Amino acid sequence: MPSALINVPARAKRGDVIEIKTLMSHIMETGYRHTASGENVPRDILTSFSCRYNGVEIFRADLFPAIAANPFISFYTVASQSGKFEFEWIGDKGFSETASASITVE
Amino acid sequence: MRKHEQSTRRRFLSLAGSATVVGSIQLVCLRAADATPATLASSIRNVVGPAPVRTGKISLEVPPLVENGNTVPMTVSVTSPMTSDDYVKSIHVFNEKNPQPNVANFYLSPQAGRAQVSTRIRLADSQKIVAIARLSDGSFWSTSVDVVVTLAACTDEVI
Repeated sequence: MPSALINVPARAKRGDVIEIKTLMSHIMETGYRHTASGENVPRDILTSFSCRYNGVEIFRADLFPAIAANPFISFYTVASQSGKFEFEWIGDKGFSETASASITVE
Repeated sequence: MRKHEQSTRRRFLSLAGSATVVGSIQLVCLRAADATPATLASSIRNVVGPAPVRTGKISLEVPPLVENGNTVPMTVSVTSPMTSDDYVKSIHVFNEKNPQPNVANFYLSPQAGRAQVSTRIRLADSQKIVAIARLSDGSFWSTSVDVVVTLAACTDEVI
């Protein structure tokens, strides 16, 4: 089962720069490995990650096989208003997962 | 003896990756078609186009000596005020010797406040990593770091 870990401060002062940390469990199989019998292990990676803050996209990433298993991504944003962060991961074999976190801005 | 060591390491790795379900099949690495300095340069040109790339403004933090190439912490940051007139549009990270030259592309907005991104990457060999930032005024800035990898990602050879 895919599972996401999100770390967003629950409260922040208006205008503060806050760090958002995300981790999605995923094998990130590169597609460059093969079994002892010579069969290629097909690629199975996350290709895209995005974050929206109250509906507006604030961060997006294209991911490649060079990203380690269980991709961890952290980035920053300005806490402008109370609301919701929505995260989305898209990958090979129809992988699609979402997660969200809310923040109170004073 | 050697075989036994490798199989315990594999078991450990498959347990470490919680999404792994391939514990029992033996996995080895294809060593063909590595990225080369030439493919690195051409993939950078794909992003940058004909524009000049200057060094500076961007910094890339990777440990200079890496024990395990399967997961290498990396932080990339750009000196920028991050206002709506002057901000970092995107950050592109490339490598020299993995099977593919791309590592990741990050797209930022002026609301980021701070142009800094961290992640964990794989390195198949001791090599150079290049990061390029595209600023809102259309200029490109780059930096590179040399990394020594002792245990490379994905180098289990056929026994």
